[in-house]
Amino acid sequence: MSTGPIRVFVVEDHVLFASGVKGELGDRFAIVGRAGSVAEALEAIPAASPDVVLLDVQLPDGSGAEVVEAVGRLRPDVRFLALSVSDAAEDVIRVIRAGARGYVTKSISPSELADAIRRVHEGDAVFSPRLAGFVLDAFAGRTPPPIDPELDQLTPREREVLRYLARGYSYKEIARELFISVKTVETHVSAVLRKLQLSNRYELSRWASDRRLV
Amino acid sequence: MLTGVAGGLGERLGLDPVVVRLAFIVLALAGGAGVVAYLLLALLAAPPAPAAASARPARTGAQRLAAVALVVGGLLLLLREAGLWLGDGVVWPASLAVLGSAVLWTRGDVADRERWARLLARVPLRADRALAGVGGARAGVGSLLIVAGLAAFFDSNRPLRLISNAPLAAAATAVGLAVVLGPWAWRLLRQLAEERRERIRQEERAELAAHLHDSVLQTLALIQRADDPRVMRSLARVQERSLRDWLHGRGRAPGAHADRLSEAVDRAAAEVERMHGVRVELVVVGDARLDEGLRALVDAVREAMVNAAKHSGAPGVSVYVEVEAEEVSAYVRDQGAGFDPGAVPGDRRGIVDSIEGRMRRNGGVAVVVSRPGLGTEVRLRIPRGGR
Repeated sequence: MSTGPIRVFVVEDHVLFASGVKGELGDRFAIVGRAGSVAEALEAIPAASPDVVLLDVQLPDGSGAEVVEAVGRLRPDVRFLALSVSDAAEDVIRVIRAGARGYVTKSISPSELADAIRRVHEGDAVFSPRLAGFVLDAFAGRTPPPIDPELDQLTPREREVLRYLARGYSYKEIARELFISVKTVETHVSAVLRKLQLSNRYELSRWASDRRLV
Repeated sequence: MLTGVAGGLGERLGLDPVVVRLAFIVLALAGGAGVVAYLLLALLAAPPAPAAASARPARTGAQRLAAVALVVGGLLLLLREAGLWLGDGVVWPASLAVLGSAVLWTRGDVADRERWARLLARVPLRADRALAGVGGARAGVGSLLIVAGLAAFFDSNRPLRLISNAPLAAAATAVGLAVVLGPWAWRLLRQLAEERRERIRQEERAELAAHLHDSVLQTLALIQRADDPRVMRSLARVQERSLRDWLHGRGRAPGAHADRLSEAVDRAAAEVERMHGVRVELVVVGDARLDEGLRALVDAVREAMVNAAKHSGAPGVSVYVEVEAEEVSAYVRDQGAGFDPGAVPGDRRGIVDSIEGRMRRNGGVAVVVSRPGLGTEVRLRIPRGGR
């Protein structure tokens, strides 16, 4: 992490949306490049050496997950924030499990997006209400006993934090409601992200394939 | 037909009884072997168990037919060697005729029959075009050449013809037919498949175009005419929602999940977005079949959304619904103006009362949490199974 503005790379095939993002974020971050496809992204990202890659879940020649996997192997210091209009659960879960630190929908406001980028840059996780709902569903108690309790189950506190997120609370508001610090909320969300990425719970994949998230 | 032997055997082998009967007839021609076999079976066979009989559907694929033909053919050769024989000139042509009859008279499966019907319907239309590349005169000359070639072959193989001329003649005719008509038939089949694929593609394109025209294009036209950004946003939101539904395959069967809680809440949210121009961020975890209590919950959620849209001044409303084993909870939250529940203007109190009353009557609870400047959250809970 260098000093100065956070370097952001945008992977997005929709030109209009990409330039919109650039216009909204250009004064807060250094936009160091844009790619419109998986192939372009794989070529351009290592050279641009961004801090955060903002990427669409679905690209014309593949999935954002492929970019996260390939670039993540080469440059483990680069952080990824997924962005989409599609809520197909399998797409979202794939990009998170590939290593993205967060997922937001494209209807997010510019200031919320800026906030999310900053958070991801600092190593925290960013959960939209939708993603929080999805995780709650995937880790619901009605499924068979977990294989690895450490990874396959949420603690009551994590569940509580996720419920607040699903209800549209910000980290600050959650901290106030639960009488804990914002940092503690962040720790809980990061723990959930880790479980989401590492858990072998087969329900995750099954859930993602037979349920659409809206 | 007489003793049920053919029918029973057909059932057992998964064959049309017609095929079995024809096989017996052919074998009967070979020195009466078929008659003996038929009588033996009639005497020995046990009456069919009804349960077993219905277990297996009668199949008569081309494969089965070919298998029976091969078995009968083999038996015929065996009988011929053994001397039980009426002579080549009788048995072979009769066998061919019987085989043809079997092909004609057995029941094909429905898909097969439809395909052939389609194919036959195309013949008069397509025959000229199929042969157009070849030309009538050239087709005639080709056929003549093949026939002439065959005749020459027989002429120069007189000893061969004397040994067993009937089967050879039959085989030669078949080969001749295949050579003349084979490529044409093959091309016809391929063309048919190609046309079917193209038709499916066109239908899909037409459906997509119709849908986009009815929805997206109309909305875009409306947006261009709208001056109020709130109206524009609402139009875009509603369109987004319906397009998303359609892409996820739910728009095709409207009301297919009308009895599900998730669907009902989704519809209520869409309605509020449309009528009040707010954005509703809806998250539903789990699902349940709607009963009286859950219907009341959906109504209360709708009222709370409308309330937030009208009074909070916030551009968006967050709705979270979770189905658990014992109860269903719902949260409707805005980050708008908020109010002091102790000093509420009359009209808002009324709405809060109506939400609370609705929940209470169905065994549920409603709590309204609000502070001036910090938004409002309506928390609803109802036990599952209703009251």
